[in-house]
Amino acid sequence: MSFDQFLQYVFSGITSGSIYALTALGFTLVYNATDIINFAQGQLVMLGGMMAITFHRLGFPLWACFIGAVVTVIVVSVSFEQVAIRPLMKKGVLAQIIATVGAAFALETAAMIIWGRDSLALPAFSGETPIAVRGATVVPQTLWVVGLTLVMVVALQIFYRKSLFGKAVRACAVNPTAARLQGISYRRVVLFSFALSGAISAAAGVMITPISFMGYSTGALLGLKGFAAATLGGLGNPVGAVLGGLMLGILEALGVGLVSAGYKDAIAFVILLLVLFLRPAGLLGARVVSRQ
Amino acid sequence: MTGIAGFGRRHAGFLVFAVVVMTIPAYLGDAYYLSVLAFMGTRFMMALGLSLLLGQAGQISLGQAAFVGIGAYGAAILTTRLGLDPWLAMGVAAILAAGIAGLVGMPTLKLRGHYLAMATLGVNEIVYILLVQLKDLTRGTDGITGIPGLSIGGIDFTGPKAYHLLVWGIGLLMLRFSLNLSHSRVGRSLRALRRSEPAAASLGVDTAYRKVQIFMIAAVFASIAGSLDAYYVRFISPESYTITFSIILVTGVIIGGLGTIWGALWGTLAIVILPEILKRFNDDVTNLVFGVLLIAIMVLWQGRTRGLRGWLASVVRRMGPDRTTSNEGEE
Repeated sequence: MSFDQFLQYVFSGITSGSIYALTALGFTLVYNATDIINFAQGQLVMLGGMMAITFHRLGFPLWACFIGAVVTVIVVSVSFEQVAIRPLMKKGVLAQIIATVGAAFALETAAMIIWGRDSLALPAFSGETPIAVRGATVVPQTLWVVGLTLVMVVALQIFYRKSLFGKAVRACAVNPTAARLQGISYRRVVLFSFALSGAISAAAGVMITPISFMGYSTGALLGLKGFAAATLGGLGNPVGAVLGGLMLGILEALGVGLVSAGYKDAIAFVILLLVLFLRPAGLLGARVVSRQ
Repeated sequence: MTGIAGFGRRHAGFLVFAVVVMTIPAYLGDAYYLSVLAFMGTRFMMALGLSLLLGQAGQISLGQAAFVGIGAYGAAILTTRLGLDPWLAMGVAAILAAGIAGLVGMPTLKLRGHYLAMATLGVNEIVYILLVQLKDLTRGTDGITGIPGLSIGGIDFTGPKAYHLLVWGIGLLMLRFSLNLSHSRVGRSLRALRRSEPAAASLGVDTAYRKVQIFMIAAVFASIAGSLDAYYVRFISPESYTITFSIILVTGVIIGGLGTIWGALWGTLAIVILPEILKRFNDDVTNLVFGVLLIAIMVLWQGRTRGLRGWLASVVRRMGPDRTTSNEGEE
């Protein structure tokens, strides 16, 4: 592998890594608020991409497609929270997780019925002319993906650190009971987490579609990889989610270069299993994971 | 449920079921229906293992299809490539499945939360990718043909009647094993740990070890079912072992009810019959219905774990005059 090739793989790794990072953030937001692993997370990413495609077909400009897709997915995510998560609040995490598995299955099949079995495309946000960086090339969409991911991560950090509601959300993650005693509405925090998690996932879906297309089954794989990324970084830790996503993306891209493209999707899961085996708390050692 | 009466009733249920299911070939000659019933039998084995894991240990596996695949491909490869005896191949595949389950279960089941679900999802995806990619060994998406059938001492199990008896014979053994397990010390400690893990642990239940043990049993059941299917159909290909199938199995167990081993039977009926009915309307809609059912059952039944039968019983009880429903002792 020459340096140019290496650079090319790293660029492609950072691009998909950004998407994994956002999906991982989606997992983290819901997990911190509720202890639920949302198995429909990847399907929300898929839905984002698919909705953008539909809006684009209806003739909307790309920015409007982006917003339309994000809003739709927020509505779906919030409705799911209202219908299935809230009533199960007292029934324990297992029941809620099974409900999210059901949602994943239903969303995926619905998408197959609505959009068909083929992967669909969306035009890039600002053209397809590749930009040369040393020996490698980068499509402008990559810059959009990386740039917007960066903006979202920073905005999220500011929101959680500086705003009162952000602090309330963090308080709930640490101790829901104590947070409630402080007058924080736990229900609102959960609802908000599902909304935000849906928004981030949808954004990820819209951004990646011009690069790698979107099919009804793409979401399942993205969801798994997002979870692998979240676990790698330390489940429950937003910084870890982003770090884990980028690392996973780069490792996967290099794996394709070194091993074979056929095994690309297996790399993430091997990493997931290795992390669970060797260091279940992840790289940044989230406090939420505990050994018995 | 204590005393001789309860004991008798428990066994009566099992015995009646055993007699009914084992005498079916005597009056049902149709090869198609027998094959469907045998097909149901192997699904029942898969559901049984999952039901133990979900209902008794409160853990969820979204990758049972991977173990079914290991059973099927293990049997196929060992017999067609190495010329191994089919029974031996089935055993080797089951041991392999148990080993993988142990390997995945040990780190994940020690953790608080539901890491097993994601890990098994990952395992399922890896196994599927390997089945497609390891073309030298698995022939990729073409699948493996020419798998031998089962026979023992001159009895040939390739015909529908004999195969039905074999599958349900093994299925009944697994059912008996599961019932015994849930009534044994192991079952009691599992139920205790489902209710409250810290409480169970404080009473000396090695919670992680128990959960790994159950997960391995579930993997063995799935693997044996996969091998049996492969020996009967004589052809296997990777599409049968996707995550989608794993989730359908979970749906079955949930429909059947988590609180009872018998739920696996009702769940199997549901996942075999429901698609046949839905197919008449639209082929694609099946999984959508399963997905919605998963959510609906969770929300509407609200943790009541009696499943379809329990729900029907409660409906009947509400409608009919003081009808007493039989106590489902089979937790």
